[in-house]
Amino acid sequence: MPEPTTPATQPVLHATGVRVVLGDQEILHGVDIDAHPGEVVALMGGNGSGKSTLVRALVGAIPLSGGSVKVFGGDRDRAAHRRIGYVPQRVTAAAGVAATALEVVVSGLLAGGQLFAPRRATERATAALAEMGVGWLAHRNVATLSGGQQQRVLIARALVRDPKLIFLDEPMAGVDVPTQDALAHTLEEHKKAGAAIVIVLHELGALASVVDRAVVLEGGYVTHVGEPPTALGMHALPGHEHVHAHEGPQPPERAFLELDLEEGA
Amino acid sequence: MIALLGDPLVQRMLLVGVLVGAVAPIVGTYLVHRRMALMGDGVGHVALAGVAAGWLAGSAAGLAQRDALALPGAVIFAIAGAIFIERMRSQGGAADVAMAILFYGGIATGVLLIGIAGGSNANLLGYLFGSISTVRWLDVWVTVGLAVLILVVGLGLRRALFAVTHDQDFARSTGLPVSVLNMIVAVLAAITITAAMRVVGVLLVSALMILPVAIAQQLTHSFNRTMVIAMVIGTVLTVTGIWITLYHNLQPGALIVVLGVIAYAVSAVGAMLLRRRKANR
Repeated sequence: MPEPTTPATQPVLHATGVRVVLGDQEILHGVDIDAHPGEVVALMGGNGSGKSTLVRALVGAIPLSGGSVKVFGGDRDRAAHRRIGYVPQRVTAAAGVAATALEVVVSGLLAGGQLFAPRRATERATAALAEMGVGWLAHRNVATLSGGQQQRVLIARALVRDPKLIFLDEPMAGVDVPTQDALAHTLEEHKKAGAAIVIVLHELGALASVVDRAVVLEGGYVTHVGEPPTALGMHALPGHEHVHAHEGPQPPERAFLELDLEEGA
Repeated sequence: MIALLGDPLVQRMLLVGVLVGAVAPIVGTYLVHRRMALMGDGVGHVALAGVAAGWLAGSAAGLAQRDALALPGAVIFAIAGAIFIERMRSQGGAADVAMAILFYGGIATGVLLIGIAGGSNANLLGYLFGSISTVRWLDVWVTVGLAVLILVVGLGLRRALFAVTHDQDFARSTGLPVSVLNMIVAVLAAITITAAMRVVGVLLVSALMILPVAIAQQLTHSFNRTMVIAMVIGTVLTVTGIWITLYHNLQPGALIVVLGVIAYAVSAVGAMLLRRRKANR
């Protein structure tokens, strides 16, 4: 496990005080997260902690209720979107009309508000599929592929533009071991090429050697930033010797707990 | 048979049939992909209220042709209804209840207003179930204009419209103007419905958009190919239906839809047998 480091470079992703309200429920209560070039940040936390919501807010899929998201040192304008890759959580519900893996990956080439596919779109999409080891599935219906194969297609769609800021939402969930290893290899390559990567994970698994830093969410608050917890137990809690203190809003229960301890002391 | 083709009425009917049959499945493919197959019905029902409102305006203005404003009325109401349904959908609200209310409200308002404007039951039936045998050259040119618009936008933007109907979150992450593209799908649906209304009527208009897509889905698993095959199937269905009614006294709109349902049943059974044979091999 590499030592947690704070790279000297400008962050590719710099989000501060991110608040998200969905319906009448506040899901994120002011979350800070950074990612630097060549850094892999694992976004961890239990179910319902707000990991997916945070990623959706960071890529612009849902609106922010507060806070700011800076990417590549500026706002998320069209040029910035062109350099963002996003692998959403795999949904099992198939769309109404069948689509081939190739068609899905080509849709990843429409970026930065571009309404038409660029030249050599099919070639580039075919190459992206081949890179993920699923070139032979290009003309198959995505809905009939296995979980691991579908995941590879979604990753190919996100990486087809060679993005420099990559978000992956639980890419390891329900995926076979060869796919996990292939993903680890792919992320390693993009990391070496200088991409900043934010990846939602339940456990480090095959990615343990790739992840540099973890941000742990709990109930919509960041509760830990630093070395990835090996399991989501006491290890992940603030106060542990190698866990960096995290400044920023804290879950109310925790603030309460600390108050009690202080009173007792 | 060739002699019939010289008849201007037959020419007009076939021309409108080909245009509508070819373009209706374009929007239909996007609607089916988004699981909004019933949206066309909702918008069709609202279009009837628009027809009636146009009719009422026409007779109030003392126009010689009382239904001259029926088509513009239908276009305006259908677009408004489609935008309303799209907004309900994108806000994730109770879209099904809102759509149900549009269904009843549109039809009931339409029937009431046509009566008030002095329309007969025959006029009403024409709009409900289509009246392709009464198309004039003006209708043909309007249909040509609408069809060209649907072709250019619906096919030209197919990559972007696919991206948005396939995975909205991903489309937003790439910076596509998702809300605008969603509105384009809704407005195209409204335009398709007013163009197709003449052929099959507001009650069956959605069938022309959806049935060819349902049949094409049995034949391919590519989105683009589904759209193209559906356009061919739509054209064949409308032309066949219209052709048969030249020889037999049948209602063209209803016949086209029944032919489509039969074709769907045949293709579904055929695809099932094919799958079974593949599995047994």
